Amino acid sequence: MDNTILRTTALQAFYQLDLYGKSKVVKAVNEVDLAIQADEIYGIAGESGCGKSTLLKALVAAVEPPLRVVGGKVTYRIDGKEVDVSTLSPEQKRALRLSYIAYVPQGSMSVLNPVARIRDTYRDFIESHLGRQRHQEAFALAQDHLTDLGLPLKILDAYPHQLSGGMRQRVTIALATLLKPRILIGDEPTTALDVVVQRGVVQLLKEVQARLKNTIVLVTHDMGVHANIADRIGIMYAGRIVEEAATEKIFGAPAHPYTQYLISSLPKFGDKTPRESVPGSPPSLANLPGGCPFHPRCPHVQTRCKEKMPGFTQIEKNHRVACWLVGEGEHGQAA
Amino acid sequence: MDKLLEVENLTKVFALGSVLSKLRITAVDNVSFFIKPAEIFALAGESGCGKSTTARIILGFEHATAGTITHSGKKEAKNERVWFTEGIQAIFQDPFGTFNPLRPVERYFFETLRNYKLASSPAEAVRRIDAKLHAVGLSYEDLAGKYPSEFSGGQLQRISIARALLTDPQLIVADEPVSMVDASLRMSIVNLFKKLRDELGVSVLYITHDLATAYYVCDRIAIMFRGDIVEMGTVEEVLMNPRHPYTQLLRASIPEADTTHRWQGEIRLADTEQDEYLRQGCRFAGRCPHAMEICRSTPPPTVQVEGVQVRCYLYSEPFS
Amino acid sequence: MKLFRDLLRDYRFALGFWALCLLLFFAALSFGSPYDPTVWGEVPRDQRPSAEYWLGTDSNGQDIFWLATFAVRNSLIIALIAGVVSRIVAVVVGMVAGYRGHTTDRALMFFSDSLLVIPLFLVIVMLAMLIRSSLNLVTLGLLLAFFGWAWDARLIRSQILSLREREFTQTSILSGANTLGLVFNEYMPYITPLVFSTLINNMAWAIGLEITLAILGLLDLSIPTLGTMLYWAINYQAILLGRWWWLMTPITISLLLFVALYWLSVSISVYLDPRTRVQRIGAG
Ligand SMILES: Nc1ncnc2c1ncn2[C@@H]1O[C@H](COP(=O)(O)OP(=O)(O)OP(=O)(O)O)[C@@H](O)[C@H]1O
Ligand SMILES: Nc1ncnc2c1ncn2[C@@H]1O[C@H](COP(=O)(O)OP(=O)(O)O)[C@@H](O)[C@H]1O
Ligand code: SF4
Ligand code: SF4
Ligand SMILES: [Mg+2]
Ligand SMILES: [Mg+2]
Repeated sequence: MDNTILRTTALQAFYQLDLYGKSKVVKAVNEVDLAIQADEIYGIAGESGCGKSTLLKALVAAVEPPLRVVGGKVTYRIDGKEVDVSTLSPEQKRALRLSYIAYVPQGSMSVLNPVARIRDTYRDFIESHLGRQRHQEAFALAQDHLTDLGLPLKILDAYPHQLSGGMRQRVTIALATLLKPRILIGDEPTTALDVVVQRGVVQLLKEVQARLKNTIVLVTHDMGVHANIADRIGIMYAGRIVEEAATEKIFGAPAHPYTQYLISSLPKFGDKTPRESVPGSPPSLANLPGGCPFHPRCPHVQTRCKEKMPGFTQIEKNHRVACWLVGEGEHGQAA
Repeated sequence: MDKLLEVENLTKVFALGSVLSKLRITAVDNVSFFIKPAEIFALAGESGCGKSTTARIILGFEHATAGTITHSGKKEAKNERVWFTEGIQAIFQDPFGTFNPLRPVERYFFETLRNYKLASSPAEAVRRIDAKLHAVGLSYEDLAGKYPSEFSGGQLQRISIARALLTDPQLIVADEPVSMVDASLRMSIVNLFKKLRDELGVSVLYITHDLATAYYVCDRIAIMFRGDIVEMGTVEEVLMNPRHPYTQLLRASIPEADTTHRWQGEIRLADTEQDEYLRQGCRFAGRCPHAMEICRSTPPPTVQVEGVQVRCYLYSEPFS
Repeated sequence: MKLFRDLLRDYRFALGFWALCLLLFFAALSFGSPYDPTVWGEVPRDQRPSAEYWLGTDSNGQDIFWLATFAVRNSLIIALIAGVVSRIVAVVVGMVAGYRGHTTDRALMFFSDSLLVIPLFLVIVMLAMLIRSSLNLVTLGLLLAFFGWAWDARLIRSQILSLREREFTQTSILSGANTLGLVFNEYMPYITPLVFSTLINNMAWAIGLEITLAILGLLDLSIPTLGTMLYWAINYQAILLGRWWWLMTPITISLLLFVALYWLSVSISVYLDPRTRVQRIGAG
C-alpha cells in the first residue's frame, strides 16, 4: 500500500516582487515532486539560497505574499484521505498546524518570548491550542513531555536568555512536538550550533521520532547531520530536486555531478589531501540559466544541457537523478 | 623561534545582569598562546567558551581585564588601533553582515586604502584592489558598483578576505568564518587560508567549532572550554589522539559524512553556560565521565604530555 | 531623479505630492495678493462666494481666498521651522547618545524622557501664554521644535544602538574609519528614512498644534494662519450665522494638507525602508 503522507506534485512557489514598477520573480521552488513516507526521516540538502526554506513554507502551507504557489499542489494524507492544502480554510490550517504538522522555522530558537519564563510560554501554547485548562494540568503535560524527551525540568523556570543556544533550540523542538504531530518539519535546526550541541539536537530529533513514530522532514546543508539521521535525502539545486535516494546511496554512489561535488568536498579526519569545492557560485533564482541550472558549474556539461532541463531518470528503485549524463529523463514522477 | 602574536595571561571578566548584581563570569581565564609567522592556528570549542571574546580583545574591540598582547615584539598600547589593524585584520562569521547592505561593497576597499594611505591615485587603488581580489579568485570587475545582496555568501566571504588583505596584514583573525556558509563553500574558504599561508606567508587565527576543517588546514590548535585552554598542540596530536575528556567529546561529536559511522550512545549537554562558568574546580566536571573528587574542588594544573599541553587531573602526576 | 521617478510610480506618493504642489502654488499666490492680510475692512463684509470674491469674504472684511493663501504660507513656515529644527536636534542627540553610550547616553536620555513624560500640551499652552507678546512665526516654530524632538531622538538612538552591534561596524573600523566616517557612511543610510518620515509627521503635528493654540486664542491673531482663520470664524459664530464658506475654507485646506503629508510620509518611509531597499537592489 502507498505509504505517502506528504506529497507535492510539480510544485512551483515563486516570490513575486513588485518594486516600484519593476517586477522580479524569484523561482525559489520549481517543479518539485516529493513523496514523503510515513515514519521516515527525509533530509533535504543544498547550498544556501537554493530554495530549501521556501519549499518547507509551501509544505506547511505557510505561504504568504510575496511568496505564491503558482503551480502544482501539496497534499497531506489525513486519516487515509488525500487533502489538497490549497482547499483548506485558514481555520482548518490552524487546526492542522502542530497537531498534524509542526514546523520549526529557521532561527526559531531566537523567537522564544524573552520576557516570559519557559513555563509561561508552554502554558500559553497549551491554552491556545487545547483551550483553557487549569494551570496544573497544562504544567503536568509540559513536564511529562520534557521528561519523555530527556530534557531537565528545571529549564521550565528559566528565561530564554539564561539557556544556551542549544538548549533553546531543543526547547523549541519540544514545544513543536508537544501535541504529537504526525509530521515534524525542521529548517536548519542545527546550523550555527556547535558540534556538541548539534549532536544533542539530533539526539532529540531521533528521540522524538522513536517516541511518536512520526515523519520528520529535515533541512540542513550539513551533510554530516544527514548521514547521521536521514533515511532518504533529496538534493536541491536552484529550486529543483536534482537527485533523491536512500542516504546510503547518496553517500555511497552519488550520481548527479552536483551531489558528487557535495560529497567529495567534505573533509575527513586523518586525510589532509587537498579537496576541491564546487567551482563558481549558485545562480540567482531571479535569473536562472537555461537548460540544466547546474550547467555553468558542471564539469561534464554537454550542448543539450544548455538547452533543455533534464527530467528524472530512475537509475535504481528509489534512486532518481535529473541529469543528461545518467539518462533520458523519462520518469517525471516522485518515487 | 619568533612569534608573530603572543597572548599572555589574558583575562576578561564580564559582569552579568544589572550594575548591582554580583554575578561575574570569567569569559577568558588566564589564557596564553602564540601564533608563528605563516601558520594557521585554530581556536576551537563550543559556543560561549570565550573564543570570540579573545578575538575581540586581540582586535581591540574590547579591553582585557588583565594580560598582555604582543604583536611582532610590540606590546599593545591602549587605544592605538591603527598600527594594530594594519598588521592584524579580521573577517567575520556572517558574510551578509560583514558589509552594510545599503552601500556598494567596493566603498570599503577604497576607504581602507584611503584611511591607511596605501594608494596615491585612483588608478593605483583599483590596481591594488584588483590584485587582492585576484588572490581570492575574483576581480575588480566582479565587484564594481555592486551591493552585498548581489553576491552569494561564499563570494562575500572571499570579498571580505580580500578587503582584509589590502593592508598586507601578517595575521588575519577569522571568527567562525565558515559556520554560516554551507559545506561546499566551506572548502573554498579554508583552501584560501591555505593558499594565503603558503603563498603570501599570512598567519590565520582560525576560530571554529568545525574540527574537520581545522584538521584539514591548521598547523596547531587550542581547545577552549569555558574560558580555559584545556588542550593545545599540533592538530595531528590533538585531534587524532585527543587526551582531554572534553576534546574527546568534541571529536566524537563531529558528524562524519559516512553512513556507517553514525553516532552511538547519548551525550550530556550543559543546561546553562553560567553554571559551568561558575564551577569551582574543573569546569568540565559536570559532564566529564572521568570526574573525580578533586576535580570538583580545585582547578586542574596545566601539564605537558608528549608535546601537548593538557589541563586535566588525568594527566598530572599523582593520578596518571 | 531616478529616486523621484520611482517614488512617483507609487500612487500614494503621487497623490500626496500633487496635493502638496497645489497647496504650495496656492501659498505662492499670496505674493500677488491685492490686499494686505493684516488690514481689515478692505472688502465688504460677509459676502458669499462670487465672481468677485471667489471664496467669499469674512466678518472682518477680508477676502477669504487671498487671506487663505497667506494662511497656508504661514502655517507651512511654522511647520517647516518646527520640523527641521527638531529633526536636527533629534539626529544629533540620538546619534551622540547611541554611539557614545554610557554617561552621555544616560544624561541625554534622561533629558528627552523628561520631555516625554510631562503633559506636553499643557506646558506648551502655558509657555505660549507667557511669551504671547513675542510669538511670531519663528518663535512659535522654535517653541514647537523644542518639544518635538524627544521621541524621535529615542528612535534614532535605538537604531544606532542596534547598528553599532552589526558586524559591518567592525568592518568599517578595521578599514580605518573614524567615528565621523562611521556615522556618516554606515549609519546615515539607516537614519535618513527615519528623518524623512518623522519630518513629515512632525510637520503635521506642528500644524495641528498651531491650529489648537490659535483656536484657544493664544497666538497673535493678526497673523493669518490656518489656525487664526478658524479662530475668527468660530469667534464670529460663522456656522450659526450660515457663513459656511468662512469655516469651510480653512477646514478643507487643513484636511488636504494633513492627507497629503500622510500619504507622503507613508510612501517615503516604505521606499526608504532598508529592507525594501535591499530587495530593490539588483531588480534593475
Ligand atoms: N521574502 C522573500 N522575498 C523575496 N525573495 C525571497 C524571500 N525569501 C527568500 N527569497 C529568495 O528565495 C530564494 C530561496 O530562499 P530560501 O530561503 O528558500 O533558501 P534556502 O535554501 O533555505 O537557503 P539557506 O540555506 O540560506 O536557508 C533565495 O534566492 C532568496 O533570496
Ligand atoms: N559583552 C558581554 N557582556 C557580558 N557577557 C559577555 C559579553 N560578551 C560575551 N559574554 C559572555 O562571555 C562568554 C564567552 O563568549 P564568547 O567569547 O562570545 O564565546 P564564543 O565565541 O566562544 O562562542 C559567554 O558566556 C558570553 O555570554
Ligand atoms: S544535465 Fe548536464 S549540466 Fe546538468 S548536471 Fe548533468 S551533465 Fe551537468
Ligand atoms: S580534571 Fe577531572 S573533571 Fe576535568 S576533565 Fe579532567 S578528569 Fe574530567
Ligand atoms: Mg533556509
Ligand atoms: Mg563566537
